[in-house]
Amino acid sequence: MKWLAMGAVLVAALAAAIVFGPAHVPFTDLARSPIVWELRLPRALLAVLVGGSLGVAGASLQSLVRNPLADPFLLGLSGGAGLGAVLAIALHLGGPWALPLAAFAGALLALGLVFRLGLVGGAELDPRILLLGGVAVGAFTGAVTTAIVSLAEATELRNAYLWLWGGLSSASWATVRLIGLYIPVPIFVLLAAARPLDLLVLGDESARYLGTEVASTKRRVYLAASLLTAAAVAVAGVIGFVGLIVPHVGRGLVGGRHRALLPASFVIGATLLVLADTLARLAVAPRELPVGIVTALLGVPLFVLLLKRWTAA
Amino acid sequence: MDRGLILDVQDVRFRYPGATTDALGGVSLELRSGELVALLGPNGSGKTTLVRVALGLHAPLSGRTSILGRTARDWPRRDLARVVGVVAQREDNLFPQRVRDTVRLGRYPHLGPWAVEREEDRAAVERALERCDVTGLADRWLWTLSGGEYQRVRIARALAQQPRLLVLDEPTASLDVRHEMELFQLIRRLVDTEDLGALLVTHDVNLAARFADRIALLCGGTLAAAGPPPAVLRQDVAEAVFGWPLAISSFEDRPQITPLRRDR
Repeated sequence: MKWLAMGAVLVAALAAAIVFGPAHVPFTDLARSPIVWELRLPRALLAVLVGGSLGVAGASLQSLVRNPLADPFLLGLSGGAGLGAVLAIALHLGGPWALPLAAFAGALLALGLVFRLGLVGGAELDPRILLLGGVAVGAFTGAVTTAIVSLAEATELRNAYLWLWGGLSSASWATVRLIGLYIPVPIFVLLAAARPLDLLVLGDESARYLGTEVASTKRRVYLAASLLTAAAVAVAGVIGFVGLIVPHVGRGLVGGRHRALLPASFVIGATLLVLADTLARLAVAPRELPVGIVTALLGVPLFVLLLKRWTAA
Repeated sequence: MDRGLILDVQDVRFRYPGATTDALGGVSLELRSGELVALLGPNGSGKTTLVRVALGLHAPLSGRTSILGRTARDWPRRDLARVVGVVAQREDNLFPQRVRDTVRLGRYPHLGPWAVEREEDRAAVERALERCDVTGLADRWLWTLSGGEYQRVRIARALAQQPRLLVLDEPTASLDVRHEMELFQLIRRLVDTEDLGALLVTHDVNLAARFADRIALLCGGTLAAAGPPPAVLRQDVAEAVFGWPLAISSFEDRPQITPLRRDR
């Protein structure tokens, strides 16, 4: 029942994303309109893939670092991706793929750095060291990014700034295809780790005594969740709060078992981002807001609500 | 091979990386099915370290430790979790979870990554809940439980693993008299009826003496004494180990210690 309802809400959100937009498309023309086929549909599908990825990555990382406040960007990925993207903009790298590739490369670099820090002194991806490493790498890349932006020209600065708040306006069938082929691999790895993730929540020692090879599981989960996030940030910029909020909503709906939680987080994340993107396109039409602003405006009140429920309990 | 022998630790030495002294300096310990062995000793005497080495988390510098005839370090963790259930000293679950769901985690060693829970898994969970008297709590959230209830739930989870060996690391720490007695009686009952052996790390010398078949008394990483409670808890040995004057009395033919006042 819950799954049917979640699916129905996602379908409704998709329908809204296709029907509504700054350009008026008569209802009867929807099926033939190039605006729908070339703009709205690929964009809505990209929102599904990106939002779903952020939801799954967020749920996995929260359990990996055993912290309900973790978010896929907490581990320094957004800083790395931002630096890559801003470099591509400042250096006028041409071509439709320059920016996403540079952002992806930056995210991978940050991922590698934090991962390496997490293994220092045989720490085996200790959550505290991962979080500190993520903060350190984020602060460092943030400083370099700001340095570049402060030296850039006005239009470049605006582009870079907007990118940092996320957006799906670059969506095309090519990006949908690429992301659609890419994300099943890390998602499969995370789903295969669903049971060990249930145990990791109890802490390393209990997880080990319940049969988990803790070190290798953590490495697999960390890499898969980060690669998922890196792809999302490469095509859509830094979209905050999805990875933080969605797992909590998921836990409330289907419980804490990752076999249910991970798929639920994908569906909820997809729904949230499709809705947020539709709002971002409509709110100030014909211009549009960076979708990260909408997710933050929706996410923060939701987050406060969740906090209230926790403290009440 | 000795068929009842579950845990066999022979003369193990262990030192933590960077430490200048051995945490364990040649300790031996055997545990058979149907036996409750209590591991006693002052803080820092090596009890938890011995458990970790015995269960293959740390490799000993010398000596050997085997579980059901196989070297502890050679057991894949999942296979080991099907024969050894551990209630570790510390565990904090930050995410909300219900009692039955946490006990279900005990079945994971028996399930592949994609396998669906079978009827026997559900039956094992219900049986473990019932054996530990927590069936009535099954639908409660973990964070609504008292300390004693929570420990019984964790023992139920270990029991759901259907282990041959149950290891409990200070399960009664900070419990009141009633909950402590309930837990000791539960452990004794499980050992007597479930075809398993139990290794119990505890600070409660008197309850250990009343409930355990044998006591291993650790001091500074070596065994000060081991054997049936009356043989181990002799005044000279116990006073030396705990570094405090004691009186030894007897209750139900088991030795009981009473710490004496010491003039400054």
